[in-house]
Amino acid sequence: MKFGIVINEGPYTHQSSDSALQFVKAALGKGHEIFRIFFYHDGVNNGTDLGVPPQDDRNLAKEWSELAEKHGLDLVVCIAAAQRRGMLDADEMKRHGKNASNLSKGFRISGLGQLIEAGIQADRLVTFGD
Amino acid sequence: MTMLHTVNKSPFERNTLESCLRLAKKGSAVLLFEDGVIGAMQNTKFSEKVSQAMSDLSFYVLGPDIKARGLSEKKVIDGIKVVDYNDFVDLTAEHNAVQSWL
Repeated sequence: MKFGIVINEGPYTHQSSDSALQFVKAALGKGHEIFRIFFYHDGVNNGTDLGVPPQDDRNLAKEWSELAEKHGLDLVVCIAAAQRRGMLDADEMKRHGKNASNLSKGFRISGLGQLIEAGIQADRLVTFGD
Repeated sequence: MTMLHTVNKSPFERNTLESCLRLAKKGSAVLLFEDGVIGAMQNTKFSEKVSQAMSDLSFYVLGPDIKARGLSEKKVIDGIKVVDYNDFVDLTAEHNAVQSWL
């Protein structure tokens, strides 16, 4: 079965990113397909490459990146939510004349159409938020 | 058409559990997770409401989230099934749609 996942909250402020990560791992373990994971609202903060959590704590951004690499997941960050919160990839950095970018490997920036498409293409859309 | 409703807030914090119980159709399932596991506990002012809803709805609670809060599976209301993340995935697959009460 094809799953679409929406994450509306950032890491460490709410459990939703942790819950979604456990859900996605379980779904992949059962042989399901994850069509797309859409990071919306504060959820875009899951895509920062600049977080340095304490060594004895989980690194959620890194876990998402590694899981994406291992399973070829499509991690999409909402562009409007990302720009407001200072989440930029190299192209957006240039476009807005900024001197740094911070989007983790495996994430890409795109628009709300990607969420709509996930809703249409996936058999189930599961939302994690506050 | 059956729906899986997920509730992730304590009924003492938000009214999502009550809204869910009011609007869920007969034959649907309700999964309590994150702080929503509080709604699965015995002897709270919401326990009776949940027990009564069991005639129309099936209830599940996420075991790891009970444990993470220092609560005990032994205190879960009779008739609510304790599940893990694998079961959570199965529940979403078994029902036609998922409604996340946020």
